Amino acid sequence: MWRGAAAGAFCHFEVPRYASQTVLDVVTHIQRHLDPTLAYRYACRVGMCGSCAMTVNGIARWTCRTHVDKVAQDGRLEIAPLANLPVIRDLVADMSAFFDKWARAQGRFAGARTRLDDFERVPPQSEARLQADAGIECIGCGVCYASCDVVAWNPDYLGPAALNRAWTLVQDERDAGRAARLRAVAGDAGCHACHTHMSCTERCPKHIAPTAAIGGLKRAVARAALRGEL
Amino acid sequence: MNSRARGETWLWIAQRASAAVLAVCVVVHLGTVIYAVRGGLTAAEILGRTRGSLGWLAFYALFVLAAAVHAPIGLRSVLAEWLGWRGPSRDAALLAFAVLLAALGMRAVLAVFA
Repeated sequence: MWRGAAAGAFCHFEVPRYASQTVLDVVTHIQRHLDPTLAYRYACRVGMCGSCAMTVNGIARWTCRTHVDKVAQDGRLEIAPLANLPVIRDLVADMSAFFDKWARAQGRFAGARTRLDDFERVPPQSEARLQADAGIECIGCGVCYASCDVVAWNPDYLGPAALNRAWTLVQDERDAGRAARLRAVAGDAGCHACHTHMSCTERCPKHIAPTAAIGGLKRAVARAALRGEL
Repeated sequence: MNSRARGETWLWIAQRASAAVLAVCVVVHLGTVIYAVRGGLTAAEILGRTRGSLGWLAFYALFVLAAAVHAPIGLRSVLAEWLGWRGPSRDAALLAFAVLLAALGMRAVLAVFA
């Protein structure tokens, strides 16, 4: 298990095995019984909050939804903080850059109506609604961001989660911030930097496909550029 | 920021469009190679096909220009991600590389035409 900040080291702990034991159970056992100074982050324990993601045997995962049986190799686990983010201490990564990029990608809904207007009616089976549905369940755990090669190579890259969020808003008929959002996600730090390695799509615990969302943004931005709207 | 995002989007469009051209050109080129070597390959046979042919001139000129557009844009990402080389110096070097590719390619195309 990783201890320390950027200049830390792996430390060895022996923990008892239980049936249906999760990686988060292992981390909690260490903190409760073996080393109370261990820093880690979790809240819900049931895959809803997205705060317990760590690198387990080299792969970013939710520790609360990962059974030890599925990932232990010869009874051993290597647990580290999420990659591609600064380490605050032990297993706690600093998520600031991750969420700042959601803001940079204009990941906030921009409505044009007031409370005096009627509800907007969006047909549930419309293509745009289905596209938005495909990406809207993201809970911001950072697994995709930690798994992305392009984030590792290009620190300015907005990353899969922020671009997926932008795509769900581009597909939202009610949203009035489309032009600014397409500008925000264009170029070398945005959707055009994606090499379609698809690590984000493979690793997403919610089975979202950010690669498809980024592909949609590439096409939407290109169309805007060809029409002179970018 | 807007102009940079716009410029980078146009580079992306140029790379995808040139890739589409290259896909057709490579297939035609390979098909021609396979067809041309059936009875052995000679310079005279090649020149007999290309010399004075406006069709082959146009085809290979398009092929060369598409490659000269496509390759430097791809290298742009490689240089940024693998060597950390970004900014105007990289883009100037790649523009020079694009001109070099186009010049050498067109020299060869004109040599088998004229």
